[in-house]
Amino acid sequence: MSAVTINESSLKEIMKSPETTPLPATAASKPRPVPFLETERGQAFSESIGKLFRGVLPPVLGIALFILLWQIVSASGGENGLPGPASTWEAAKLLFADPFYDNGPNDKGIGWNILHSLYRVGAGFGLAALVGIPLGFMIGRFVFLSGMLAPIISLLRPVSPLAWLPIGLYVFKETEPASLWVIFISSIWPIILNTAAGVSRVPRDYLNVARVLNLSEWKIFTRILFPSVLPHMMTGIRLSIGVAWLVIVAAEMLTGGTGIGFWVWDEWNNLNVEHILIAIFIVGIIGLLLEQLLMIIANRFNYE
Amino acid sequence: MHNYLQIENAKMVFDTKKGKFTALTDINLNVKQGEFIALIGHSGCGKSTLLNLVAGLTEATEGILLLSEKEIKGPGPERGVVFQNHSLLPWLSCFGNVHLAVERVFGAKETKAKLKQRTLAALDLVGLSHAIHKRPNEISGGMKQRVGIARALAMEPKVLLLDEPFGALDALTRAGLQDELMRIVKETQATTLMVTHDVDEAVLLSDRIVMMTNGPAATIGEVLAVDLPRPRDRLKLAENPAYHHLRGQVLEFLYQKHLKKVA
Repeated sequence: MSAVTINESSLKEIMKSPETTPLPATAASKPRPVPFLETERGQAFSESIGKLFRGVLPPVLGIALFILLWQIVSASGGENGLPGPASTWEAAKLLFADPFYDNGPNDKGIGWNILHSLYRVGAGFGLAALVGIPLGFMIGRFVFLSGMLAPIISLLRPVSPLAWLPIGLYVFKETEPASLWVIFISSIWPIILNTAAGVSRVPRDYLNVARVLNLSEWKIFTRILFPSVLPHMMTGIRLSIGVAWLVIVAAEMLTGGTGIGFWVWDEWNNLNVEHILIAIFIVGIIGLLLEQLLMIIANRFNYE
Repeated sequence: MHNYLQIENAKMVFDTKKGKFTALTDINLNVKQGEFIALIGHSGCGKSTLLNLVAGLTEATEGILLLSEKEIKGPGPERGVVFQNHSLLPWLSCFGNVHLAVERVFGAKETKAKLKQRTLAALDLVGLSHAIHKRPNEISGGMKQRVGIARALAMEPKVLLLDEPFGALDALTRAGLQDELMRIVKETQATTLMVTHDVDEAVLLSDRIVMMTNGPAATIGEVLAVDLPRPRDRLKLAENPAYHHLRGQVLEFLYQKHLKKVA
């Protein structure tokens, strides 16, 4: 084996000779700590930071820009300009320091006003759901009824909610039921229409299952129709509450007494513009919370 | 043996926007108790329509359908249907889906514990004891189809009707379920009518293969008796000349005598 030919057997020999055994790792003799960000936990940490950053940065930046713009607008107005973010914030702190005071019928804390508005939305919407859901089921199930009511619904649905207020005042002679009436009539349409659409869209397969199993009408309703319609119904409810919350502010401006809408109008009469701006934020934030809450409930009933 | 399921001169005409459409005509078929029949044909030949007639989901325009000498009027729990797309209710668990059927058929005369036991037994039969509390969207396509079969079997039907039950599954899952269906049918002695477009499936599973001509106005072209001994093993059949001969006959019917013109 003087020549340098390497064939399979010689290669085996070389691999076996002591010179070819791998050297003990020199790194082991003096351990070098791995930088935290290169460890598994460190990677996960930096990744979650990155995620948080990407998720939080855009909205924070958007809000900051909005406040900046607001500041610019209010500053450019001079003496009679809109209140700026700082003075509005100060007014809000003062306002929310005592939200539940009660100094007679026209002077109540902001908390009371919000609760009154929410109560009206709840009551008016509740009545709408009570009437709208069964009606929606019937319209979806019976083509004849659907044909009968379709023109009436198409005619009444586009009417501005506040146009119903005089009717309510005339019929009920009082502001409280009149404002409930306005909420009721404006929030009933989405419930009826979405429920009806849901009923007419129950998959044929499910109804075939019902027929093959020969289920009773009650079982068909509780086990097939209702669960199948529920997601559509939840969409209707979400839209309805959205509309109700939009309408209540306007209705209360007109009817007066209590509520966030009345409060806005009252503060306008007092020329307290900070409070009007605060009211806009309150209406927005509560609307957002209602929407989120209903989304959570709706997702609970989504089976797909 | 007497004829258990009898179909005499059945005709099915649908009213469509373009006028009358004759889907099936002159259907005559007698099925013995415990027999496994495969209905095969090109898509659109009305094999599912025929199955729906037996299920009672649609009513024949003409002709008579009898099940143990009683006329079939509308659907009923004595005919268990396994649908092509499983048709499980997504808001009920596997247990709930089967229990719905059990409750309907036996609820009036049996205790709750007995109903529960029946439901569990049906799920056990299809090998799903481990997944009873899962919802349909949490299990695989093959498992959904098993629940569908369990639901049909739990009613202890006189006739099991399967509408392309394994059509939407991958080949391996399908083979597994075919083997299981053979075992279940053997255990329960169910009379079975199965729609399929898979030649191997038809030969492997059935006692007779009903081959249908192309629509419109489709009818039964030929009936092929599959006299392979049971239990059948798909691996051994692969080397069996009789199996290949039968397979060849079905293919010849489908692709030479009644080739569907591709539009």
